[in-house]
Amino acid sequence: MKKAVSMMLALALVVGTLAGCGSSAPAESSSEAATESTAEAGATFKIGGIGPITGGAAVYGTAVKNAQEIAVEEINAAGGINGYQIELKFEDDEHDAEKAVNAYNTLKDWGMQVLMGTVTSAPCVAVAEKTHEDNMFQITPSGTSVPCVQYDNAFRVCFSDPNQGSASAIYMGTNKLASKVAVIYDSSDVYSSGIYENFAAEAKNQGIEIVVAESFTADNKTDFTIQLQKAKDSGAELLFLPIYYNEAALILKQADTMGFKPIIFGCDGLDGILAVEDFDKALAEDVMLLTPFAADAEDEATKSFVGKFNEKYNDTPNQFAADAYDAMYIIKAAMEEANCTPDMSVDEIGTAMIEAMKTITVDGLTGAGMTWTADGEVNKAPKAVIIKDGVYKAM
Amino acid sequence: MSSFLSYLITGISLGSVYAIIALGYTMVYGIAKMLNFAHGDVIMVGSYIAFLAVGAMGLPPILAVILAVVVCTTLGITIEKIAYKPLRTASPLAVLITAIGVSYFLQNMALLIFGANTKMFTSLISIDAINIGDGTVVVTGETLVTILACIFIMVCLTLFINKTKAGQAMLAVSEDKGAAELMGINVNGTISLTFAIGSALAAIAGVLLCSAYPTLTPYTGSMPGIKAFVAAVFGGIGSIPGAFIGGILLGVIENMSKAYISSQLSDAIVFSVLIIVLLVKPTGILGKKIHEKV
Repeated sequence: MKKAVSMMLALALVVGTLAGCGSSAPAESSSEAATESTAEAGATFKIGGIGPITGGAAVYGTAVKNAQEIAVEEINAAGGINGYQIELKFEDDEHDAEKAVNAYNTLKDWGMQVLMGTVTSAPCVAVAEKTHEDNMFQITPSGTSVPCVQYDNAFRVCFSDPNQGSASAIYMGTNKLASKVAVIYDSSDVYSSGIYENFAAEAKNQGIEIVVAESFTADNKTDFTIQLQKAKDSGAELLFLPIYYNEAALILKQADTMGFKPIIFGCDGLDGILAVEDFDKALAEDVMLLTPFAADAEDEATKSFVGKFNEKYNDTPNQFAADAYDAMYIIKAAMEEANCTPDMSVDEIGTAMIEAMKTITVDGLTGAGMTWTADGEVNKAPKAVIIKDGVYKAM
Repeated sequence: MSSFLSYLITGISLGSVYAIIALGYTMVYGIAKMLNFAHGDVIMVGSYIAFLAVGAMGLPPILAVILAVVVCTTLGITIEKIAYKPLRTASPLAVLITAIGVSYFLQNMALLIFGANTKMFTSLISIDAINIGDGTVVVTGETLVTILACIFIMVCLTLFINKTKAGQAMLAVSEDKGAAELMGINVNGTISLTFAIGSALAAIAGVLLCSAYPTLTPYTGSMPGIKAFVAAVFGGIGSIPGAFIGGILLGVIENMSKAYISSQLSDAIVFSVLIIVLLVKPTGILGKKIHEKV
């Protein structure tokens, strides 16, 4: 009897673990858009996407996945790339490096020729190692850490961390937002500490004094009262938060409770804060963030994209969506420049597109006249937005 | 000075949560002589139950807490019956590994049921913050309730153990299981009762923890669980006042090192304190030295 019970327990544990694994890669994460048009065209380009659809960074991955689908539908409707339709498949990585590599392998088995991804930095660095081995062309919409594009085959649509850190300092300096700044960053995260270091370096040149620089780690990210108390005591006028939105939502709440009301300035990691479940949007009033995209901008391209996104997903796109939308058009531009066809191998497409990236100029939602350097970085002007009444407003 | 006071108060509040969790560790260790590493995850389950009770079922906070306590108590007894009782005669290592297995089982079940997305936990405590000295020191309602709850639980538990028959039975079982059985004490029943009390406390700790730091994920319980274990060892594992003192000290040390040394190193400092205490006094602050009879 005892044996039977312990066997059952063992079985229950195994089932539980398997079930846990199963849930980490839900089937709905893969999506295929525009497959109906593939039959008539015969050969198609197979483009993959990887990003977090579940987990703590799900807001980013979902935005990227949705925007990628919109871009692919548009491109396919307009005749595809070099006359060939695009087939799309998106895999979930839960913002986890190991799961991202698994997702990459799944997509490779499917026959992926070009990768648009991954969405977040740490998984992107891991996947870049793999695409480099295969010489697969990779463009990340939003992987900001430096090593994301350390190899020839990888490019990005967004700014790198160093650029975001120094761009934030320059923005604060030129707009005279504050002279005393407190920073709270995640020292266990490469994205956050990367921005902080470059911010600190550039702040000196801008006449900004960093009065308090506090950190937290992944294991200790629920209680920020001490860090906030120190920031409050230091008399900082502005609180710089180069972190992700979940922690930022907590910080805003705890700062409000203790009656600390500085100007809040963040980077692209804060994008998504308005989508946090049960978050009081009033707390995010007047929060500024450095982002290349404001959904209320008046130009035709933005209006059309926001309209389609709203219609299809009943949601306002954030900058991640805009980055992903641009990424697909960048892939299109590079493929056309390089005269790619679907019968070319991954390696051939990769080599041809890498050359093409150095010569193309793309006008996108996140910047006009974007060009790329050989080391994968984009050239475009920085922009910031402010949150008013629960929506982003261009500044 | 005012900021020192507010660091101290939040430290005591954090420590109170650790103390309540540590009570669960220390009682189970004292009586069943095992480390129940799944204890931290029972906290998480309790928080999810309270979250659902308030959010989805619309229950008033007090009923939500009671529901969480009932579910966690049942869960605690079930875990004990299914996973630990069959191993009562097995080596301590087997029981330890089983406890770790149960911990992962609970985490993965929560992942499966609730998903990995962070939930914003709405505080169940609706007492306004108290301002002392024109807003220089702010004591939130959560802080106040946490500290009071911890003291209340400590008093009740001490009375229970010293004044009731069941409490005396617990003491007897913790001293000598065999002899207690010979004296007619229902050892299995006593162990189940211990798990029930520990898990009920875990549910309360979960609600307090998530009210003060309002995020909820399937991993919410694991770090506080480990810290509370440290607190239990720090205070002397097996000792109830030890868990209280260990918890409060740990919370204060953590906050003070964050405030005055480095916010980045606070965890490292907390664990270094544990190592130093164990080097100097291996049984913890209030731990009893056990004389082996030859």
